[in-house]
Amino acid sequence: MGSRLLPLSRPKIGVQGATGSWRFRKPEIDQGRCIGCGICWLYCPDSVIDVEDVSGKFRVRIDYTYCKGCGICASVCPVKAIKMVSEV
Amino acid sequence: MVKLTLTGNYCVAHAVKLSRVKVVSAYPITPQTTIVEKISEMVDSGDADIKMIRVESEHSALSAVYGAATAGARAFTATSSHGLLYMHEMVWWAAQARVPLVMAVVTRTIGPPWNIWTDHHDIMGQRDTGWLIAMAETNQEVLDETIKLFKITEDPRVFLPGIIGLDAFILSHTVEPVEVPEQEVVDSFLPERRQPYTIRFGDPLVMGNIPSDLLVNARMRWEVHKALESSAHVIDEVDREWGKITGRYYGGLVECYRCDDADFLFIGVGAWVGDMRLAVDKLRDVGYRFGALKVRYIRPFPGARILELVKGRKGVVVLDRSISAGSAGPIFLDLAAYLQGKRVTVPIKDVVAGLAGFEVNYEDFVKIGEKFAGEVLEVGWVKDYLEFYPSR
Amino acid sequence: MPLTIRDLPREKYVLPGNAACPGCPEAMGLRYVGMALGRKAILVIPAGCTSIIQGLHPGSGLSFPIINVAFASSDAVAEGVAAAKELLGEDGVVVVWAGDGATADIGFATLSGAAERNGNIIHICVDNEAYMNTGIQRSSLTPRGAWTTTTWKGKTEPKKNMPLIMISHGVPYVATASVAYPLDFIEKLRKAASLKGFKYIHLHAPCPTGWRFDPSETVEIARLAIETGMWVLLEAERGVITISAPSRPYIDKRRRKSVVEYLKRQGRFREIPEELVKEVEKEVDEYWTMILKLSSQQIQ
Repeated sequence: MGSRLLPLSRPKIGVQGATGSWRFRKPEIDQGRCIGCGICWLYCPDSVIDVEDVSGKFRVRIDYTYCKGCGICASVCPVKAIKMVSEV
Repeated sequence: MVKLTLTGNYCVAHAVKLSRVKVVSAYPITPQTTIVEKISEMVDSGDADIKMIRVESEHSALSAVYGAATAGARAFTATSSHGLLYMHEMVWWAAQARVPLVMAVVTRTIGPPWNIWTDHHDIMGQRDTGWLIAMAETNQEVLDETIKLFKITEDPRVFLPGIIGLDAFILSHTVEPVEVPEQEVVDSFLPERRQPYTIRFGDPLVMGNIPSDLLVNARMRWEVHKALESSAHVIDEVDREWGKITGRYYGGLVECYRCDDADFLFIGVGAWVGDMRLAVDKLRDVGYRFGALKVRYIRPFPGARILELVKGRKGVVVLDRSISAGSAGPIFLDLAAYLQGKRVTVPIKDVVAGLAGFEVNYEDFVKIGEKFAGEVLEVGWVKDYLEFYPSR
Repeated sequence: MPLTIRDLPREKYVLPGNAACPGCPEAMGLRYVGMALGRKAILVIPAGCTSIIQGLHPGSGLSFPIINVAFASSDAVAEGVAAAKELLGEDGVVVVWAGDGATADIGFATLSGAAERNGNIIHICVDNEAYMNTGIQRSSLTPRGAWTTTTWKGKTEPKKNMPLIMISHGVPYVATASVAYPLDFIEKLRKAASLKGFKYIHLHAPCPTGWRFDPSETVEIARLAIETGMWVLLEAERGVITISAPSRPYIDKRRRKSVVEYLKRQGRFREIPEELVKEVEKEVDEYWTMILKLSSQQIQ
């Protein structure tokens, strides 16, 4: 391509920056209640929930740098192991 | 090499086949239709290996061709008039995406009223878009330049799409004897397709999302302009190479007929330049030393080449077969601005003629030439810089 | 063997820190496209919310090969890409990811043309029921009674029935999907990718910003659309309709929740008059009756 300017982009995590103070609530997982089903991971619109396989279940972790606080994870959790906690 | 009698449209079809185009998509519009009909016939009879996408509109035609080209295939479309206007949005898209591809425009006037005859409003409306725009004078030139455009547009110094223009019916539907080069000749002339980027499966390259830095976007646009400027060298280089292979060198960006000792010049594009040549001969017979300057490429505008040829003349008359309503004819506008920018003064007049397909032939050019020469000799300049022909 | 969450790939195709609204169903849908098709897909994206979700150049919040295209052009561009790739011998699937406008309005002719020609692409209509990207203006896919910025008293015309229109084109595969049922959507995507010819998937995508509900409720609202029978999950292969598993319980109208449950949760229906709600109920019934007649060979 050389120095030619082209309207081309590459994937970038945090393309719009880290979540700012505009987020007013964040999800907190009660790991004790969590049954490792992975449904929160399935529905998170922003891929900020990561799961790793631990003894046949999912261990769930949230990336708060990019979580937007939408609350879908809390809403879909079948055992209500996720609570949305106010940040304001 | 085979000598055939072909219409301009069939010349386009042969050129497309010889250039090993892989994907063709077009929507019928008079007078372009026989280009695509011929290509379809070639495909169905096994003469050409081309995927045809028979779209439902011109906007989709250029979209499909743009998609194929972005994905790595040599692609082609053809249209006229309203079809060109309908795809205008995608004309801009292809150029700013820097995707090389070739389109034939059979120049036809724009309605209302409905009118299938030639003028240059449709093709001139694409001047700002970043496409290379060539206009042919003869069917041979249509064939030759279409093939050359694949090489020029796919050159890394260019990487822009290009248009080959041909006048409705005068070229598109009129047979002329034409030399059709052998496939081997074209194969050795045209390299494998190159393009600045290709969208591929498995490679997350994203084309076209919003820029974070508007200056970058502004510079991209300026680079399209610079690429058009540098395409001037490529156009001439490729034309010379073609001249060596076929014996036909067209002069690159411009060609000048009997210009060496001319006092006055006609300047024009397209099929009617042939009539200007005839008028030049007639005018010289009655004592006016005219020449005919044929502009082969509207974009990049060959200002420098034209300047060399008009400098020092008594006067030049530009024949525009379209008008930018509210201003003047496009060739005149481009030229007058360039001359002014380079501080070159020469009496220059814009005669807007042949609109809506109204026929203008060599006799008209003789009249125009005599009147112009008379005017310049009388007042040392032009009386009216813009005139409609015929005046009542 | 039905798909489970465990079977799904973890690779991220929608990247954290993208420009989508919180709770965005398009972002969800794109994750499922990634899970279903992964590196096999090239996306052709006409103007719409997802044009923005990608974020700013030189970065992209989506990790697919993407051609952003003019609004009305997507299916034609995609067909061109597919044609070229076939000629070049490169294997994969070309997917149009288009919203209401690019599917049913400005892009309608382009879509119909590509379908009629049986172009080898998948067209996904991500349906958030308005022109959301430009600020929630009505589209032909906006349902009757919905507030939008160009229908302040509620849209008077009904929602254009795109799935039926596409079935009428006689294409190999038409399906409807919902962001509430990702596994169903992923299976449909994979089936579509395995077929040659034109495939259409209509993804119902409730938008918190435009429909006026809390961003946490996207999945709930999408589910209610199924549970009230207002959105039907189905597949049509060569015109033969099958109701998908999540919608099968609602063949029996007594099991459908009242449409009010769906409407009252959304601010855009706050002013919907009683008579219109009754009309909506009737339309749901009529639609189901028609669908079931068309699929009578499949349902005992």
